[in-house]
Amino acid sequence: MSAGKFILITGRTSKQGRALHTGKDSPEYLEEVSTLEMNEADMEEMGLKDGDEVRVRSKEGEITVRCRRSDSLPRGIIFIPYGPPANTLIGVDTDGTGMPDSKGIEVEICK
Amino acid sequence: MQVKDVICPFCGCLCDDIEVTIENGKITDVARGCAISRELFLNHDKDLVKPMVDGKEVSLEEAIEEAATILSRSQHPLIYGLSSTTCEAQREAIELAEIIGGNIDSTSSVCHGPTTLAFQMVGEVTCTLGEVKNRADLLLFWGCNPAEAHIRHLTRYSASAKGLFTPRGRRDRTIVVVDVRRTRTARMADIFLQIRPNSDYACLQALRAILKGGKLSADEVGGIPVEALVDLVERMKSCRYGVLLFGMGLTMSRGKHLNVSAALSLVRDLNRFTKFAVIPMRGHFNVTGADAILTWETGYPYAINFSRGYPQYGPGEFTSVDLLARKEVDAALIIASDPVANFPRRAASYLSEIPTIILDPKRNKTTEIAKVVIPTAAAGISAEGTAYRMDGVPLRLKKVLDSPYPSDEEVLGELISACLSKL
Repeated sequence: MSAGKFILITGRTSKQGRALHTGKDSPEYLEEVSTLEMNEADMEEMGLKDGDEVRVRSKEGEITVRCRRSDSLPRGIIFIPYGPPANTLIGVDTDGTGMPDSKGIEVEICK
Repeated sequence: MQVKDVICPFCGCLCDDIEVTIENGKITDVARGCAISRELFLNHDKDLVKPMVDGKEVSLEEAIEEAATILSRSQHPLIYGLSSTTCEAQREAIELAEIIGGNIDSTSSVCHGPTTLAFQMVGEVTCTLGEVKNRADLLLFWGCNPAEAHIRHLTRYSASAKGLFTPRGRRDRTIVVVDVRRTRTARMADIFLQIRPNSDYACLQALRAILKGGKLSADEVGGIPVEALVDLVERMKSCRYGVLLFGMGLTMSRGKHLNVSAALSLVRDLNRFTKFAVIPMRGHFNVTGADAILTWETGYPYAINFSRGYPQYGPGEFTSVDLLARKEVDAALIIASDPVANFPRRAASYLSEIPTIILDPKRNKTTEIAKVVIPTAAAGISAEGTAYRMDGVPLRLKKVLDSPYPSDEEVLGELISACLSKL
């Protein structure tokens, strides 16, 4: 089993935005919000290929998602679209602002 | 039948040129809308909810009665959402919060709430999207990805829009993107500066220092070479009309409102050299309206508590994630929002431990756990009303289809009457 430390960014994708309207139980929505994007070199180093399941763990929780290679991410950074899986990893401390840390979160990934 | 100039009730762009085709009481085609807008209109009749109490279908009147009983008995309720409904409904929700002595908070709390805090610290050099289209020759997108989140922003208002002083559209503008990822927006930029996560504050303050004539004793800041920052400052100083457009990359990263205050300060400082303005890229179609209505009704934009009979402001104290995570509220009324899907799991899960009421046309993760579900007519499709575009311009949403259910505004009015009779 290989493991690595990464920084998680959550965010909007147009596919997630479209799938909001087909329904949050729709396969399109569930698939999109359960997909992790990762730099190709990081995937190779961890022995991962598109569609492989990985476990992602933060201080707050753990999820299992499928990974997809991305040429938009630098090494060491992963991306998961907004949705219930990503929110499992996000803590509730808001630093007195009301806003949880939803980008730039330290996570560990296991194959 | 074709209805022209319909306003899309999805994002803060409020595109007002949509054409929808209606056949037999159903939207069958959408012209001009973006991919998300099309899905919104074409799926308007999917996953609709019925009035429910404890998972059983009831009449609308019974659902409203049960909701009023919960809210009038609650010692410390929360009203949350507001950003995907009309200003008229927002006004009713504020009156209800005052009557029941509750908390009221909008989705700003988990999107541009830190921006509002920064506005209160620094102020805001504003402009409209019309000015962006007609005048801006330098666009700086920071921590936002309109190519995926505000899809027509780039063609209607900013990157390639042709205006009075920008007749050649894209060729009359320099576009700079600062982001952690090489997003679709970054790919169409003239200059892309890839920043390390959680480095926005340092980079923005470095830009301010360079602007003020300071020399940095570093080779790079947040992964961006100092020469690139110096070049950006020169471009910003020498442009005719610059606009900073920013998103969650600033508000959700370490520093939050301090990141935004640095961005607003930079824009303010730039006005010593040229005209420069700033617009936050607002997500929900009427989240700007929620800020505006809450502010003119209570004096505060979000995170408001009425338990003493007058409005108190407390980000971190009366914001929804904090209230739910600390288990401080004993009932919740959710209006046109889905916190169960969008909040951190630990805050979201508390909504299933307390009586939660939801007003929404469609099924979502919060309707699944709610004790009371009250269907309403979708704002901008089956209910008209006012909404504020991301630049603060109010527009009138159209009603293009009938709904068997009343609007959020009407249901909230009935809840006010029912609660008053019980208190």
